[in-house]
Amino acid sequence: MEKIAIVGLGQTKYKGSREETFDELVFEAVNLALSDAGAEIGDIDNVVTVSNDFWDGRTISSMAVTEASGAWDKDISTVEGDGIFGTLYGMMRILSGSFNSTLVVAHVKGSEGEMNLITNAMFDPIYQRALGIDATSSAALQARCYMEKTGATEEDFARVSVKNHKNAFGNPYSQLPMEISVEDVMKSRKIAEPLKLFDCSPISDGAAAVILSNKQGLKRFKKDPVWILGVGHCSDSYTLGYRDLTNTRALKNAAQRAFTMASIKDPMKELHVAELYDAYSYMELLWYEGLGLAADGKGFELIRSGATEMTGDLPVNPSGGVLSAHPVLVAGLARLIESTIQIRGEAGKRQVKGASKALAQGINGPCGQAHGIIVLGS
Amino acid sequence: MGKRAAIVGFGQTYQRSSRKDVNGRELINEAVRSALADAELTINDIDAVVIGNMDHFEGINYVDMWSVEGSGAVMKPIMKVTTGGTTGTTIAMCAYYHVASGLFEKVLAIGWEKNSESDTTGAIITAFHPVWERPNLGGAVAGLAVEASKYMSNYKITERDGARVAARERLHALNNPYAHLHQEWMKGMKVEQIVDLLVTSEQNQVLAYPLRMSDMCPRTDGAAAAIFASEDVAEKIVPTPAWIHATTNRHNYVYLGDLDWNVNETLRDSSRKVFKKVGIKDPLKEIDVCELYLPYSYAGLKWMEDIGFCGPGEGPKLVWDGITDMDGELPVNPSGGVMSSNPIGASGLIRVGEAAIQIMRKAGARQVQKDVNFAFATGFGGCSWADVMLLGKQKPA
Repeated sequence: MEKIAIVGLGQTKYKGSREETFDELVFEAVNLALSDAGAEIGDIDNVVTVSNDFWDGRTISSMAVTEASGAWDKDISTVEGDGIFGTLYGMMRILSGSFNSTLVVAHVKGSEGEMNLITNAMFDPIYQRALGIDATSSAALQARCYMEKTGATEEDFARVSVKNHKNAFGNPYSQLPMEISVEDVMKSRKIAEPLKLFDCSPISDGAAAVILSNKQGLKRFKKDPVWILGVGHCSDSYTLGYRDLTNTRALKNAAQRAFTMASIKDPMKELHVAELYDAYSYMELLWYEGLGLAADGKGFELIRSGATEMTGDLPVNPSGGVLSAHPVLVAGLARLIESTIQIRGEAGKRQVKGASKALAQGINGPCGQAHGIIVLGS
Repeated sequence: MGKRAAIVGFGQTYQRSSRKDVNGRELINEAVRSALADAELTINDIDAVVIGNMDHFEGINYVDMWSVEGSGAVMKPIMKVTTGGTTGTTIAMCAYYHVASGLFEKVLAIGWEKNSESDTTGAIITAFHPVWERPNLGGAVAGLAVEASKYMSNYKITERDGARVAARERLHALNNPYAHLHQEWMKGMKVEQIVDLLVTSEQNQVLAYPLRMSDMCPRTDGAAAAIFASEDVAEKIVPTPAWIHATTNRHNYVYLGDLDWNVNETLRDSSRKVFKKVGIKDPLKEIDVCELYLPYSYAGLKWMEDIGFCGPGEGPKLVWDGITDMDGELPVNPSGGVMSSNPIGASGLIRVGEAAIQIMRKAGARQVQKDVNFAFATGFGGCSWADVMLLGKQKPA
């Protein structure tokens, strides 16, 4: 594979509610990415926007951000899914030989939507929606399955929340830095058994953008490139009843594609930092297993060992993760941006020393049905 | 550099006003099986899947996830793309880039819509600005009526000219078993006679002047699937793959009020760009067949000019002279086009697929007689957006 680099990035501060309209958020993120890259909109050959009609409450939601994304007189397309998938498409468009650079931008205003209704709408309209199932209640089923199968405890989930909210203090873009204890998480309000308030990510507003370039395009950009070493994406089955919710086969498949491309044999040893999609605390433990950072059923032992703390062998979510800010669609792209910042050595208080190989994850669908993985290197 | 890519299989469902016999996933499955059978492949041969539709028609969020058990994407890479009316061509472009990137060898592209489950215009209206445009211009018909009025005023175009395009599309659809509208009463009638009836019949209700029922596309249930393959395998799958020579798009506008109603600028610019890339100087002579996303009749006049098939105001002459009929110099929409079937998320992909089968000479009763070297397909949507794709029989240089 020809090498593709990330040469610019921008993210707005993530908040529970932003006054700006979503095209204004997109404009902000795009301008931040361009100035980060030392570039102008004319240096961008094509654009991929990421949006979702349900979250935007608007049909053809891509239309509302076309101008703000700078796509005038350029090729443009729109991915509906996490920003990681938008990045994968942006990269393919360069690899095809048609373009030298792609701008990828994602946005969401969770504050303007009803999470329960919007995520209820991803379930079967006849048999399941009437039960009221949504992202959180389906996640609770998955968390319970995981506990039953592995012996992990609610305290193990709480440990993820404590770690990530603490890490968020180092991230100026994060929404919820919190100094909390396992006991605080355990005592927080029940949302859907066994998940409590502090096991769940918040609903956020925000936008993020990255600029991708091939080698020919590099001269347009001032920033040192961070290279994409490997990518992979894969979807599991849809019907929850058809899935073993503790089986991470789709993530394993996506990760294996990325690791093969990046020549990574032992991710635990070779990666220096990982930014994972912890929409709910327990997810981080499952994703450890899918990524091969822990053996199947042993993800909870990894969090107990402290290996994924800032001081551990492989810090996971130095940014505070999705638990500390969850702009849906943007969140995976934010993981990619955070991984890039780590490799650049620009992460400030959340910097993992000497990080030169990082992994970012995005997910789609209920209970992490689909995964997109990008491995980055210096 | 990337890989050359070609379409090696295409399938579609029967397009109907209401497909009550299947649910959405079954509809998708019908198209996928048909495309796989056409290419003599199985789902195990497919490396990645691209799917799209317009969410608010069926009210299903994360359609790529919901559909995997019908699309066959379980344990495969899948991605959803969606851009309104252009969704179908956007899917084709996305599948093309998947293959051209070199990351995937055989990619399944799926577009679908079950409009019978929706309030189509109700959903489309929410695409427009809630304060400035929804109360007056929003929806599918209104903006097009403005464009038609301006075009009529600019070049002294008559309602008969619009009806001539409608007659062509519906006559062509009679050759296409998959088309939604089969207006059997037109069979055997002279074109002039059909046109006279269309512009005088009281039953042919005016929706928004000058557009009557017969000037507009229907809303349709249907799905389509196309298989894109890389140059490494395409010729092993089919003897004559339909190669993608060039593709581009322009989605410049957000507000209808910003449009220059004199010219379809995005279609003009996109078309010029691909013609230049492939070295086409005289599109009317060099392109052999078109599958254009013409959502309403007057587009079949004005947009022909914008693409560059004739000069400004010359669209009616081109169409009345029969040049765009099945036996003309440039047959347009042998399938009957969007005005005969419009499962919105699939409509653009059907254009690309129908262009491909003309090259592969698999179009049955709607196959154009002449040799097809280049076939041109377009998508229309959003706020006067255009996607274009030029397909060819020869492997691109």
